[in-house]
Amino acid sequence: MFVGDGLRKRYGRSEALRGVSLEVADGEIVGLLGPNGAGKSTLAKIACGLVRPSAGAARVAGHRAGSPPARAAIGYLAELFRFPGWASAEEVMSLHQRLGGSTGGAAERAELLDLVGLADAARTRVAAMSKGMQQRLGIAQALIGSPRLLLLDEPTSALDPAGRRVVRRLLGEVRSRGVSVLLSSHLLGEVELVCDRVAILVDGEIVERGSPAELHTPRGIEVETGSGRRTYDGAVREDAPRIVAELVAAGESVYEVRVLASTLEDAYLEAVGERPS
Amino acid sequence: MSGRIESIAAARAVVGFALAESVRRRVFAIVVALTLVFLALYGLGVNFAFDEIERRTLIGSELIDERALAGSTLFGLAMFATLFLGAVLAVFLTIGVVRGDAESGLLQPLVVRPLGRGAMLVARWAGAALAAGAYALVVYALSLALTSALGDWSPDHVVLPGLALAFAVVIIAAISVLASVFMASTAQGIAVFMIFGAGLVAGLLGQIGDALDSRTLERLADVASYVLPFEALYQHGLFLLTSEQLGLTGALVQLGPFGGASEAGSGLLAFALAYTAAVIGLGVAAFARADL
Ligand SMILES: Nc1ncnc2c1ncn2[C@@H]1O[C@H](COP(=O)(O)OP(=O)(O)OP(=O)(O)O)[C@@H](O)[C@H]1O
Ligand SMILES: [Mg+2]
Repeated sequence: MFVGDGLRKRYGRSEALRGVSLEVADGEIVGLLGPNGAGKSTLAKIACGLVRPSAGAARVAGHRAGSPPARAAIGYLAELFRFPGWASAEEVMSLHQRLGGSTGGAAERAELLDLVGLADAARTRVAAMSKGMQQRLGIAQALIGSPRLLLLDEPTSALDPAGRRVVRRLLGEVRSRGVSVLLSSHLLGEVELVCDRVAILVDGEIVERGSPAELHTPRGIEVETGSGRRTYDGAVREDAPRIVAELVAAGESVYEVRVLASTLEDAYLEAVGERPS
Repeated sequence: MSGRIESIAAARAVVGFALAESVRRRVFAIVVALTLVFLALYGLGVNFAFDEIERRTLIGSELIDERALAGSTLFGLAMFATLFLGAVLAVFLTIGVVRGDAESGLLQPLVVRPLGRGAMLVARWAGAALAAGAYALVVYALSLALTSALGDWSPDHVVLPGLALAFAVVIIAAISVLASVFMASTAQGIAVFMIFGAGLVAGLLGQIGDALDSRTLERLADVASYVLPFEALYQHGLFLLTSEQLGLTGALVQLGPFGGASEAGSGLLAFALAYTAAVIGLGVAAFARADL
C-alpha cells in the first residue's frame, strides 16, 4: 500500500531523512518509533505529498505519493494541525467529505464522530473543544471516505487513557477492514499492542525493524525457590520445564518461574543508544 | 470527466467555507457597518458642498462649472475611499491563505485532499476577488446614487469607472494571494498595503510630474503603472468621470483629488488581465513547490 524507496529529505543544510526504505503492506499496521527530530513526521509528510523528497521514490496504492489518486487513497492526521475555531465538528467533517468526494453524508459523519466518542459534540465549535477532543476530531476526519492508507502522526499525544484505548480499538477495527496504517508514536506500550511491525528511526535512518515479538530478545529465566531467587542467563521459555524438574528433584520448593524478555522499550533504547535527542 | 466535476465541487466547497468563515467571524458585518458610516459622511459632504454652490452661483461666475468641479472632486474622493475599502476587504479575505494557514496547521489537512494545490489557490483568490469586487461595485453605485440625488451631478461615464475600480480590487486580491505564498499573515498584510500605498504615491508623483512638466517623474509613474496596474485602472476610472469636460473646468478637474486622473492607453485592459493571470500563475507555481 505504501512503498518508500531510498527516501532522502534535505532541509537546507540538515538532512531529515538519509535513505529510508519502508513498506506498509495491505492491512498492515506499521509503527514508526524514534527520538524527537528523527524524521518520523517528515516521512509521513512525504507519504501524503506535503513534502517532496530530495531523492528516492514514494508510492501510495501504486501511484506517486502526492499525486491526486495517491491523495485520494489516504487519510492523514498531522502531528500539529488545527481546525478553524468558528466551525463545528459537523462542519469540519462536512467540508472534508466534500473535499474528499465522499458520498457518506450525515450517516458517515455521525458514525465516525461516534467512533471517536464525539457523538455529543457534533455541534460544538472547535474553539470550545479541549485539545484531546480536537485530536479525536482529527482522527475522525482522517477516516472520512474510507481511506486505504491511514497516516497517523502521534494520534494519541493529547488523549487520556480512555481515549487511547478507544484509538487502539479503532485501529483494530480499521485493520480488520484491510486498511493499512503508518503510525508514529512515542508510546512504546501502545505501539507494541497494536502494530504488526515496527521500524525505529534514528537521525533519518532506520536502525531496527521487525515485529514487536522479534524485537523482544530472551534474557533468561528467573525462579523463586525456598532458598531464594535463582537466575539462569541465556535460558529460553523451552528450558523452563527442565529447570523446574531439576530443582524439584533436588528437593527445592518452587514458588514462581519467570521467563525474561527485553521489552520493546529495551529494544528501543538499545537501538537509539539512550542518546538524548 | 467525473474527476473534473468532483474538483469543481471541491473548489466550491473551499470557497464556500472561506466565505462562511468571513460571515461567522463578522468580517462582513464590520465591513457593512463601516461602509454605512462612510456613505453617511459622504452624503453629508455632498449635501453641504452643493448647497454652498447653489448659494454662490446666484451671484454668478460662469467661467467655471462649479457644479462639475465639486461633483467630480467629491466623487473622485468617493472613488478613492471605495478603492481603499475594497482593498481592505480583498486583503482580509486572502490573509494567511498559504503560509499563514500552513504555520498554524490549518492548511495541511485541506491540502492532502485530492483537490490540487493550484485549484485550491485559484479558488481562494476567485472567492475573495468576487466578494471584494462586488463590494467595490456596490459602494461605487451607492456613492454615485448619493452624488446624483443630493448634488444633481453625474459623471460623464457611469459604468466604466466602477468596473475599473472593481478590477483594481481584483488585482489587489491577486497580489495578496501571491504574497501569502511567501509570507506569514502579518508580513503579508503589511506588504500588500505597502504595495497599495506605493501605487498611490507613484500616481501622485506622475501627477506632480505632469504639473511640473518633469519627464523623469512622468516616466517613473508610467513604469509604476505597469508594475502596479491597479493604480492605472483607478486613475483611468477617475479620468473617465470627466473625460468629456472641456475648457478651464476640464483643465482644473484633470488635476483631480487623490492620485490624479490620467488616461490610460488602450492596452490597459489586456495588460491588466495578463498581469492578473501572471500573478496568480506565479503563486500557483511557487505553492506547488512549497514544503508544508
Ligand atoms: N520545515 C523544516 N525546515 C527545516 N528543518 C526541518 C523542517 N521540518 C523538519 N525539519 C528538521 O527535520 C528533522 C526531522 O524532523 P521531524 O519533524 O520529521 O522529526 P520527528 O521524528 O517527527 O520528531 P518529533 O518526535 O519531535 O515529532 C528535524 O531535525 C527537524 O528539525
Ligand atoms: Mg513528529
